[in-house]
Amino acid sequence: MFKRLDEAAGQAGRAPVRVTVDGGEVRCREGDSVAAALFASGHADCRDTVVNEVPRGPYCMMGVCYDCLVTIDGVPNRQGCMTLVREGMRIERQRGAREVRP
Amino acid sequence: MEQQTVPPPAGDAAPQRGVYDAAVIGGGLVGSAVAYGLRRQLDRVAVLDEGDVAFRASRGNFGLVWVQSKGMGLPRYGVWTMSSAQLWPQLAAELLEKTGVDVRLEQRGGLHALLSDDEVEARVKFMTTLLGQPGMSRYEWKLLDRREVAELVPGIGPEVRGATWTPVDGIANPLKLLRALHIAFRRERVDYLPRCPAGAIRQADGVFHVETPRGTLRARRLVVAAGLGNRELGSRIGLDVPVRPQRGQIIVLERTRRVLETPFSTLRQMDEGSWLIGDSQEEAGFADEAPGLPVLGTLADRAVRTLPALREVRVVRSWAALRVMSKDGFPIYEQSQSCPGAFVATCHSGVTLAAAHALKLAPMIAAGALDDDMAPFSTRRFHVQEA
Repeated sequence: MFKRLDEAAGQAGRAPVRVTVDGGEVRCREGDSVAAALFASGHADCRDTVVNEVPRGPYCMMGVCYDCLVTIDGVPNRQGCMTLVREGMRIERQRGAREVRP
Repeated sequence: MEQQTVPPPAGDAAPQRGVYDAAVIGGGLVGSAVAYGLRRQLDRVAVLDEGDVAFRASRGNFGLVWVQSKGMGLPRYGVWTMSSAQLWPQLAAELLEKTGVDVRLEQRGGLHALLSDDEVEARVKFMTTLLGQPGMSRYEWKLLDRREVAELVPGIGPEVRGATWTPVDGIANPLKLLRALHIAFRRERVDYLPRCPAGAIRQADGVFHVETPRGTLRARRLVVAAGLGNRELGSRIGLDVPVRPQRGQIIVLERTRRVLETPFSTLRQMDEGSWLIGDSQEEAGFADEAPGLPVLGTLADRAVRTLPALREVRVVRSWAALRVMSKDGFPIYEQSQSCPGAFVATCHSGVTLAAAHALKLAPMIAAGALDDDMAPFSTRRFHVQEA
């Protein structure tokens, strides 16, 4: 989700948005992507890979690498870089493959 | 990862001078399994293959090692299938030892889901007739009721009436199987020649001369195992091989934790967590580029009726691939009468039959003759006069 720099600068003055990352509160800005909010709050990695369970974090920031997958409001495998933060959003780290509950 | 890498052969590798003991035309699962088996007995083996443009059913299939349902109308095929399922553990163990690749064979039984009383009735009739054929293989099978299916597969949908089950069905990872066979080629010095299609073929003094874009390949034995190319290549060795493409479509769901330990014939979970939904059959010529929504919708609908929790799991890919179907759907194995030493091997079950191809068929070809009990697989069955 690329933006022109002047738009991004305008975001600085906007109201803060509060989300949680693994239960801890993170303050970010309206218009931030989840991936940007994770970076800005010091979360460099956001998931463990499906097969070998090694850490990965946002990489391409434009929707193609799928390394920023996180669980958002209980829905697994959401692309953090393609999702805008919302007040009260629950972001969770993914550990290995998502579950399917029969 | 302890898997060692062996550098791939140069892209422009050419047939060596001299005469190979055997050459296989086709580097998919059938050709590769046969070549692998030939190399267990012969010193000099070559494989001619196309490039990435090949139709390559080997890269689009479902990966079942499947026994139930096979052989209606040709019990010998049921026996052949069963023998391959029994040899599969040996093939998998050999490949692991020789290549370090675990092809993820699991033979813990398999299910065929039944979603209505009509389906139950038709299935019982089918299985009873199938296994009642004279000369058919014998294996245990059961009609499981809802409760028994639910014990094997937690979370089945309300429409599931039951399933047929056998202990002999299983699954493997077909891409790992193809990779393992090709790594074995490098380790065991089989000359694998990609982007090197076979041209004109002639036989002189017991040696086949196969023209290729990079020179002539010479071999004492020749195996045509080129899938949909077998019709044309067969004609060059004096065999009429009636194969046609039959399109199948597959839906892939994202990887999840492993929950489906017993595969269904149309729904399975891969070793690394992906789900495959498949088993459509369409006569659509060579059109393998455009999966169609009506078929994919039907596949998906049946899958979620079988296992409703899959509604929440995303589709990540779908594709169409072409089965290699003979006129009656059964394999064809035959030595050419006009070009002795040349054989054709073709089927639509390259995964299930891989072990039989490597460990039973290849030794026959190396020895120069198919066993008498392989006669039901010859093309002579297509030439019976209509009464």
